[in-house]
Amino acid sequence: MSQSIFTGRSRMAAVLAIGLTAAAMSAPSGAKAAEPGADEVWQGLVTDVFEGKPMQDGTGIVSLEAPARAADPALVPVTLSVDPTRHIRKLTLVIDHNPAPVAASFTLGDGAGVTRIETRVRVNAYTDIHLVGEADDGTLYVTSRYVKAAGGCAAPASKDPAAAARSIGQMKLRRFGAAEGSGGTRDEAQLMIRHPNNSGLQKDQVTLLYIPAHFITELTVARGERTLFTMEGGISISEDPSFRFDYRADTPEPFHVKAVDTENMTFAHDFPADAS
Amino acid sequence: MALCTPIEGVRSVGPAALAVLMSVFGSVPCACAEDTLAFDEIAPHVYAHAGAVALPSSENRGDTSNFGFVVGDEAVAVIDAGGSLPVAREALAAIRRVTDKPVRYLILTHMHPDHVFGSRIFKDAGATIVGSAALGDALAARSDTYLASYRDQLGPALVEGVELLPPDRSVDGSLTLDLGHRALRLQTWPTAHTNTDLTVLDTTSGTLFAGDLVFLEHLPVIDGSLTGWLKDIESLKALPAARVVPGHGPSVAPFPAALEPEARYLETLKRDLDADIDAGLRLENAAASAAASEAANWQLFDAYNPRNATAAYAELEWQ
Repeated sequence: MSQSIFTGRSRMAAVLAIGLTAAAMSAPSGAKAAEPGADEVWQGLVTDVFEGKPMQDGTGIVSLEAPARAADPALVPVTLSVDPTRHIRKLTLVIDHNPAPVAASFTLGDGAGVTRIETRVRVNAYTDIHLVGEADDGTLYVTSRYVKAAGGCAAPASKDPAAAARSIGQMKLRRFGAAEGSGGTRDEAQLMIRHPNNSGLQKDQVTLLYIPAHFITELTVARGERTLFTMEGGISISEDPSFRFDYRADTPEPFHVKAVDTENMTFAHDFPADAS
Repeated sequence: MALCTPIEGVRSVGPAALAVLMSVFGSVPCACAEDTLAFDEIAPHVYAHAGAVALPSSENRGDTSNFGFVVGDEAVAVIDAGGSLPVAREALAAIRRVTDKPVRYLILTHMHPDHVFGSRIFKDAGATIVGSAALGDALAARSDTYLASYRDQLGPALVEGVELLPPDRSVDGSLTLDLGHRALRLQTWPTAHTNTDLTVLDTTSGTLFAGDLVFLEHLPVIDGSLTGWLKDIESLKALPAARVVPGHGPSVAPFPAALEPEARYLETLKRDLDADIDAGLRLENAAASAAASEAANWQLFDAYNPRNATAAYAELEWQ
């Protein structure tokens, strides 16, 4: 298990590195990525990220919601969901035309009842976004959405860098009670983390070097003794990462959250069982 | 009173006081050569140009922001640079029809391209660029993005040669510049429209160049902090100014009355989003409806309100 996570991470790191090199050579153009040829890009990603494994049509098994046109390319809401009866254990979100296409990879905890995760991503060009779900038996299911947005990655991470630096690592957990349509079997919560999640795609005009990326790479969200989900993240997760998710409603338990970023800073926070 | 180009009317904001103001001072008399921009003399020795209330395009050549200049006994200060090199060049020509005194300062009110893309013209004319202490970093971080997006919007020809020049002299707090018996008081502001907001008060005439801390007609754009902006509006009201050059809208408007429309919009947006967040509404649903009651009051509402609402939701959910 731990070995497969490690393999996944190094693969993602490789994709990330390739992406950054490409971005450094051709400055983000904000141009509209044409739809023709998009398939080639995706096929390349299937090879690089998923070792060329065959993928099944994910309709009804995994689903992805995203706006057709983003209001703010630095904050594009996306919702990943799974059919709870299909034993999907891992969800990988790929933004095909982003400089580092793998936005995040979520591993769902056994028996945690997580069927839906909403987050916000940066989108750098008109692009397909793919969601790949991996079932317990290793089968991959894919679905996608086309999103019109541009410039989200190269946009500075923060509207107020000084304020962002002061608040890094703060966390907030909101609880919404019973999740919609769950018949009371699942509750819903939102975890928010203050972090610039800097994409590293801004150039320092004095040194002409790219400012180093600084983002959350690992996140674990647990409730009591049970892991709800873990995430391996990339530069495409928006500043101040937010995750709204459902989970099996049972006895009250405290939440434990741990995040690690690219500078090996660790942010941990416990939220009591009954806090609102 | 010949105008180089009509002042697109004085527009809806201007009450009677404004009409009087305009008729007293009028606009820069000129022979109406094609290559000068229209500046209104909004107070003695104080001039302002009203850019189009529109998205930047090749048709308007990036002339979509307001800017102006003040003439002292010894020198001229230009406040903001216009949204392209041709627009700035024509502004400099307009200044030269008024005075041959040196352009000593170019003061930038914030980092946005529509206000800074013409900088090089004034720098080449000998001006010292003055701006917020946060301006250099803010421009550097956005340079590639701004140039790319303006190439798309204006076409590459109008962006050729544009340099996002950092300030030669930076302000953190306040600074007074003397143009010769004419003091300009510069002041930076806590993050509001952007994190680089700076205002210029001409103390002689009581004219405030507010940059984009004041929007009229053009929907306010939030690229900083909604709550910060609402706080700044309260402080702005206390400034000893009788009139303001807003960043967008007419060239001049009465002050502090000109703050009212944007305060109403920003408060409405905040109230709607606060209620949505309390009710557990998701970002995309909240952003689709927030401040809808303000739609009829502004131009470019559909172009900017969804983005304002999205960014403001992410800010307010932490409150």
